[in-house]
Amino acid sequence: MALDSSKTTGFKYVGTRPNRPDGLDKVTGRAKFGADATAPGMLFAAIKRSPHAHAKIVKIDASKALAMEGVKAVVTRADFAEGLTGEDWNILENVMAGDTALYDGHAVAAVAATSALIAKDAIKAIEVEYQILPHVTDVDKAIEPDAPVIRAGAADASVPEGLHPNVVRYYESGHGDVEAGFAEADLVIEEHFTTEATHQGYIEPHACLGTLGGDGKGELWCCTQGHWNVQKVCAALLGLETSQLRVTASEIGGGFGGKTTVFIEPVALALSRKANRPVKLVMTRSEVFRASGPTSSTSMNVKIGMKKDGTITAAQGIFRLQGGAFPGAPCDMTAMCAFAPYNLKNVHQVGYDVITNRPKQAAYRAPGSPMAAFAVESVMDELCNQLGLDPIEVRLKNASHEGTTANFGITWPRIGLVETLEAAKAHPHYAAPLKPGQGRGISCGFWFNHGGETSVSLAMSEDGSAQIMVGTPDIGGSRASMALMAAEVLGIPYENIRCTIADTSSLGYNEISHGSRVTYASGLATIKAAEAAVEELCRRAAAKWDIPAEAVYWEDGYAKPSGPNAGDHEPLHITELTADMGATGGPINGHFEATPEGAGVSFATHIVDAEVDPETGATKVVRYTVVQDAGKAIHPTYVEGQFQGGAAQGIGWALNEEYIYGEDGRLQNAGFLDYRIPVASDLPFIDTVIVEVPNPGHPFGVRGVGETSICPPLAAIANAVSNAVGVRMRQLPMRPARVLEALESKNG
Amino acid sequence: MSKTHVTTKVNGDEVEFLCDPRETLLDVLRDRLGLTGAKEGCGTGDCGACSVTVDGRLVCSCLMLGVEAEGKEIGTVEGIAQGETLHPLQKKFIEYAALQCGICTPGILIAAKSLLEKNPAPTETEVRYWLAGNLCRCTGYDKIIRAVMDTAAEMREAS
Amino acid sequence: MHYYKPASFAEAVALAAGAEGITRILAGGTDVLVQMRADIVTPDTLIDIKAIPGTHEIARTAEGGWRIGVAVTGAEMSEHPELGRDWPGVVEAMDLIGSTQVQGRATPIGNLCNASPAADSVPAMIAAGAVLNVIGPDGSRDIPAEEVPAGPGKTTLKKGEIATALTLPPRGQNGGDAYQRFIPRTEMDIAVVGCALNLTVEGDQITSARMALGAVAPTALLIPAVTEVLVGKTLDDDALAALAALAEANCNPIDDKRGTVKFRTHVAGVLARRVAQIAYDRAKGAKA
Repeated sequence: MALDSSKTTGFKYVGTRPNRPDGLDKVTGRAKFGADATAPGMLFAAIKRSPHAHAKIVKIDASKALAMEGVKAVVTRADFAEGLTGEDWNILENVMAGDTALYDGHAVAAVAATSALIAKDAIKAIEVEYQILPHVTDVDKAIEPDAPVIRAGAADASVPEGLHPNVVRYYESGHGDVEAGFAEADLVIEEHFTTEATHQGYIEPHACLGTLGGDGKGELWCCTQGHWNVQKVCAALLGLETSQLRVTASEIGGGFGGKTTVFIEPVALALSRKANRPVKLVMTRSEVFRASGPTSSTSMNVKIGMKKDGTITAAQGIFRLQGGAFPGAPCDMTAMCAFAPYNLKNVHQVGYDVITNRPKQAAYRAPGSPMAAFAVESVMDELCNQLGLDPIEVRLKNASHEGTTANFGITWPRIGLVETLEAAKAHPHYAAPLKPGQGRGISCGFWFNHGGETSVSLAMSEDGSAQIMVGTPDIGGSRASMALMAAEVLGIPYENIRCTIADTSSLGYNEISHGSRVTYASGLATIKAAEAAVEELCRRAAAKWDIPAEAVYWEDGYAKPSGPNAGDHEPLHITELTADMGATGGPINGHFEATPEGAGVSFATHIVDAEVDPETGATKVVRYTVVQDAGKAIHPTYVEGQFQGGAAQGIGWALNEEYIYGEDGRLQNAGFLDYRIPVASDLPFIDTVIVEVPNPGHPFGVRGVGETSICPPLAAIANAVSNAVGVRMRQLPMRPARVLEALESKNG
Repeated sequence: MSKTHVTTKVNGDEVEFLCDPRETLLDVLRDRLGLTGAKEGCGTGDCGACSVTVDGRLVCSCLMLGVEAEGKEIGTVEGIAQGETLHPLQKKFIEYAALQCGICTPGILIAAKSLLEKNPAPTETEVRYWLAGNLCRCTGYDKIIRAVMDTAAEMREAS
Repeated sequence: MHYYKPASFAEAVALAAGAEGITRILAGGTDVLVQMRADIVTPDTLIDIKAIPGTHEIARTAEGGWRIGVAVTGAEMSEHPELGRDWPGVVEAMDLIGSTQVQGRATPIGNLCNASPAADSVPAMIAAGAVLNVIGPDGSRDIPAEEVPAGPGKTTLKKGEIATALTLPPRGQNGGDAYQRFIPRTEMDIAVVGCALNLTVEGDQITSARMALGAVAPTALLIPAVTEVLVGKTLDDDALAALAALAEANCNPIDDKRGTVKFRTHVAGVLARRVAQIAYDRAKGAKA
């Protein structure tokens, strides 16, 4: 029986736009998010945090808090596992400070009490004696010779001799001879760029409800992008057997990479173990900003040489990323993504991971890539301006395509960059006239996308409907995509499939919902699981017809004899095969588990028009078009949603979002009032063009779509503003005062 | 600390509760009345996820004390649908994929409903400014604005 | 924290005068609750004045001005059929504060008594010549709006004194007011700079003018010298340039996360020109 669902055309369900299965729950308020769970006897917790950027913790005295009516437990670092190493140690150190508070907002102790108000009062009653140490929060200052060393010995073996101890990881790659390449160029431009740390800005603060007993068995409910990872890390931090902790992912109110690690979950469990009662812990918005992962701030140098005809002769970049007090800033990703859109003979890129007294950076949608694109695509724009060349034509001339060597060494498989550029060029937006005061910017962007460990299980019901268990939290409509793909394989209506996010005890290991991997990897696994069920359905039909299973094929919900030799049998509908499955061989299920390696990289091209008020420097984005290669759009509406959401986050990053630290090393804008994410009245409608260049690594051609959409906006908007004001904008965010200064510098 | 007895109406039903005067209406709805549809995104009136109506007026329930609810009529997302019939906005939000993660959705539905009751034919700009206090980080607002405007058009036709 | 809901101002004043520790008046609560939440201030005594009769009213005064009760919200001001015709600048300034949701609760008197240098409605009140009516243990008194804030978070109200209403003077003929602020986004931000102007004209000639600036000093500033710059003139380019220069010269701002001294000073001049044009057009009969 030949059974291969691989196809890129002729779909019945894939590519349609049905309502999402969890829609009703989410419009009626009944969907349960992280903070919406309760348990009998539940306590409420709160965390005591350091007000200092860098300080030795001399003494913690919780006696007054413990004496308060209603306080049931206090934990400090002593209540967690000892002897951890590597990333487990880093995460524990971040979750609860050891002997040193490393940033403003670093957790130092926690309380569980019978009410949230009592917990809040008890936190104030905990006395912590600090010895203040010198601090540094800026990436360039952190590597100056006299900068305070934040953690001696934090650097790994990748760091060359002679660098400041705050450089903890180093990345370098490239090929050719960049010096020779620059010598061939008609114009070489080198610029320095900076970007500020931004926060993922999910509207749902981190929240969890944990129960842990002295028997080492626990239950945890939390909002997370990956509950198997939570299970593994919490078990390590608390000294538990991994399988004894069952983790259930709640509905998740946004993550964007920021919910790929743990912050409060181990604390709730430690408190629960000590109090022997369930403990609920919910971050305040201020805590989210102060102590959960922002992205890296950067300082970058990019140099590109170009011939008069637009050919790039050489490109070089140095990317310094500040990632908070722990290693992990994605300097390698930044360096790799930087020149990915271009087919370069001579290229060289270097990345530095620098630690400072700031919260541990966490992944944020295509971690590291948007900043790289900002620097590279700004220099590209300036080269085009100075040489009088069309920015899309120049990008087409140099575009990476199948068979060319990437800047970081791989040979590109089939990719869709050229197709996005052609679609952008053909879009009416690109030819539309601009009004006075407006400028247009374009930019390309790149993200790898990811596969990762994946398990999916599918079970048929007697009535012919199906349920799918997946392990990747549904962060923006993925249940709908999974059901569409299963419907396509099974040939049953989309509505007859229920997709559930399984807990860690109900399914095999699943990597986090990150790397734009869900529709690709869980989708692939869903297709394979459905195929396994179809295979069994065909076997049951074959048995009924008394013919070999190989002589049966599956089409649109029916088992059919494969040809005249197989006999003249009426096709059997799926319901006829499932109705008596108990008697014909038992339940019919399908499952699939693997680490798929065929994730398809994704490129995008964005066009944006910005209007600048010359008197105040205020920028308004007046038109925005996203063109991106989705491989295959399973549910086009949700693909558009990912394009629009990434663009909107990029607009915020480009114009107004930033972490602002005072001289005292404290975060000054830990709230939505002064951390300014775009509001509805800030944005125009965001036009989308879905390009489909199928990924050969997925049965239906899916590439990830979630992350690439945030890669081009910083550069596209900076190019638009630069072209509107006639001055190159090299620092983000382009807050009004900065744009006004640029205007003044031009006017002398 | 002594607690205050409060009698109020939520979604048409009379309810009573005891609360500490420091508790917000949002705390009371979620922790005392089990109505977790209103969400806390910020606690400071900047995100709108906790939007409810009080005597028909759109407010952030995090910016009002529980004790202030005495004698009022509160409307939450749990009360928008009539039995099994969804409000047109609820239907349109599903149809337009005007939500991705869904955490801001209850607040936005309450706010949009309040807008359409006041202004059945809002312009795009009016919708955007009315909803400026409801942060959404997933959608870029595009499909939300379209869903609200299309609902308004449909409700005008139906009436 | 003790919560009280007095039924009369007399009762409220007695509570406020007798209270120990930190006392706050609760009207809209959009500042008080944020301060409680952020652990900036948790009052020992909270006096909710919304049950006192008359506090929700917007009424004409005998002189033809307006009396705005202490619990009147921004939304109620915007929805009032006549108030905005007389004082469009005051109404639009109040309307700029926060979201639709905040408008449903926030009050102009709360905005004034919270004494933030960046309060949006305050420059407009000052330019309009508004007066705060207060009652205290020693009786009632009226305080010009510009004399209410004493510095960031501080007012000139004495212990036991409670605001009862805000009185706006009669608009009179051929007058117009306007307020604008600068913020980085289109909504939801605190003013980086705010500017209000209120003027009257005869024909094209300006006969009176009051200007106030917000977020450029520890309190909102009345700029009396505006009369020298505008009165007796038409609003031509020279007058606008002189007005901008006056606004800039009166700025005494700080560098902070919301703006620099240089930027605030520059934008104060820009806004002064913009609001002057709007107020002038309104005075000459343009609809708000």
